Amino acid sequence: MQQVDHLTTTPEAPPRGSSGAFVWVRKNLFGSIFSSILTLVICGLIIWFVPSLVEWALIKAVWPGAGADACRAASGEGACWAVIGDKWRLIIFGRYPFDEHWRPTLAMLVLMGTVLVSCDRRFWSARLIVVWILGMLVFLWLMGGGFGLTSVPTGLWGGLPLTMMLAFFGMVVAFPLAILLALGRRSSLPLIKVVSVVYIELIRGVPLISLLFMGSFLLPLFMPAGTTIDAVLRAQIAIILFQAAYLAETIRGGLQALPKGQSEAADALALGYWKTQLLIVLPQALKISIPPIVGSLISLFKDTSLVAIVSLSDLLLSMRQAMGDPVWRPFFVEAFLFIMLIYWAFCFSMSKYSQYLERTLETGHRRR
Amino acid sequence: MRLKCLALAGAVAFVLGGTHLASAGPTLDAVKSRGAVKCGVNTGLAGFSLPDSQGKWTGIDADGCRVVAAAVLGDATKVQFVPLNAQQRFTALQSGEVDILYRNTTWTLTRDASQGLEFAGVNFYDGQGFLVPNSLGVKSALELDGATVCVQPGTTTELNLADYFRTHNMKLQTVVIEALDQLLQAFEQGRCQVYTTDKSGLAASLANDLSNPGDYTILPETISKEPLGPAVRRGDDEWFTIVKWSLYAQLEAEEAGITSKNVDEQKASSQSPTVQRLLGVQGDMGKQLGIDNAWAYNIVKQVGNYGEMYDRNVGPSTPLKLPRGQNALWNAGGLMYGIPVR
Repeated sequence: MQQVDHLTTTPEAPPRGSSGAFVWVRKNLFGSIFSSILTLVICGLIIWFVPSLVEWALIKAVWPGAGADACRAASGEGACWAVIGDKWRLIIFGRYPFDEHWRPTLAMLVLMGTVLVSCDRRFWSARLIVVWILGMLVFLWLMGGGFGLTSVPTGLWGGLPLTMMLAFFGMVVAFPLAILLALGRRSSLPLIKVVSVVYIELIRGVPLISLLFMGSFLLPLFMPAGTTIDAVLRAQIAIILFQAAYLAETIRGGLQALPKGQSEAADALALGYWKTQLLIVLPQALKISIPPIVGSLISLFKDTSLVAIVSLSDLLLSMRQAMGDPVWRPFFVEAFLFIMLIYWAFCFSMSKYSQYLERTLETGHRRR
Repeated sequence: MRLKCLALAGAVAFVLGGTHLASAGPTLDAVKSRGAVKCGVNTGLAGFSLPDSQGKWTGIDADGCRVVAAAVLGDATKVQFVPLNAQQRFTALQSGEVDILYRNTTWTLTRDASQGLEFAGVNFYDGQGFLVPNSLGVKSALELDGATVCVQPGTTTELNLADYFRTHNMKLQTVVIEALDQLLQAFEQGRCQVYTTDKSGLAASLANDLSNPGDYTILPETISKEPLGPAVRRGDDEWFTIVKWSLYAQLEAEEAGITSKNVDEQKASSQSPTVQRLLGVQGDMGKQLGIDNAWAYNIVKQVGNYGEMYDRNVGPSTPLKLPRGQNALWNAGGLMYGIPVR
């Protein structure tokens, strides 16, 4: 006992001048002449920029509840947040029937819940497939109606629910497709290999915008007169096809990173092709690929705003429609900032999650 | 699956067809069985078609869609609006995705003759003009030699501009910007000296967007004719006729002094044969079109006559503040001439 007491005496303080805030500043901000200059320049910019930003965005701003006239009076000096107060429901929900806005709200919560469940590693199993199928069905039911809810055609879907649907459905449906393509590209069967390679390279060779244009302009002309495919469905399919090709390459990267010994060992245990892939190869390969997969989800989430060019009212287009109102039109910068914040919130949380995964999944495959 | 659908549709058409003597045309049949008119509109243009804060479409094009729904289905709310951009609009009509294209589209020969569609009339007469800051010291468009002009791409506006400058041997520099808000910002900041678009658009920008409207003038010249109106697919004359006459019915109603407020009274007590024919008290105007005889009554009751629709959406009391001008009735100095309903 006494000895332990003896051992836990307070350690001596580090030598003076090797820790503390001052030292940190000197080491990190003024380490060399170049970094000193950079620090001063950036400080100058902050001092010059931040106060006027705060004044514009907060102090002189016109808050929701005020009319457009108040905004016009403050134009050029203060932000007009009143425009968000007046238009936020059109921006968030698009032209979805006004009295039914609780439905897209609930639908978004269901989708968010499904996404959050998938983020938890304890749920990473085959059960997740069931969760997603249920989540997507409930989402579609709430949005589209039927079974006791009034029917709302997809032409009226818009805003954030549409953006979320295009991104998350696109990712989830593309995922199994991408795994098959990635395996197909490494397959020893020539036909499967050629089909996979051609598909991947064809889709990766064209921009998403041209796929959307194809679906929107050419497809209807090829169809027999009178038959039309739903515009939202066309965009969703284009996004799935596009995402599958990119995801397949990401997953192939994971497959190639695996040492060959893994599948050889599986062969030695007399496991068949599918058992080898499902039990040995894919779990490891996917684990390696998860951070880049989340990364591609982030870019997909932002890419969905391209559907605005085929006149689907995603978050971006519904904001632009809201800003078509001549009364509020001059305050489009505030509306842009508003949806920027929404996009940022989604993408930043995904990015943070990706970093968290990289830390927790670290099992020594990576060279340091 | 498709064969099955076709067979089913055929059977339904046969059964329905048996009850009518004359076929009402494929579009009208499709609209009736669907219970809604599919109408292609601009994704967002104030005064023509724009969702309000509650997501409900407003504007004279949107109301034009409602007029057709009121005539055909007796209910102006039975419209499925399909927002379309400038590139999509004709494809959407040709492929049957919409029944009418009501999207501030200029009626030209090429479009009428060669793009598988035909225009059913004009619901708004517009014309391209120029907006300049007073500081430029210009009184006429002919003094714009060498000016930098801001213009939105992809429409007849850009072509008219080039034509006008070439005709008058003037040098032209254009700044092409797609989004209206960004274009106006460029104009206000002086990146271009002139802003050109249809005069209705110039007036709307002057009334709403520019922070010092007193500093700008719309030049007197109108450099193009822009008759805007609804278009339908080529080859369905019955549907074409219905859309055309639903437009005239609104003009006739205004000319006869029938409004949404007094339409019931007029229907009950007016002795004028014109009013009686229009409102279906006498004759079978609607039946000849293959629709309900109360078609024009429904139009006026639910949407209003042309003047009411104009005032509500683009008139002097709206943010756009457009005077009637050439959109006034023919007997009030304008170009709107309703063909007699008789």
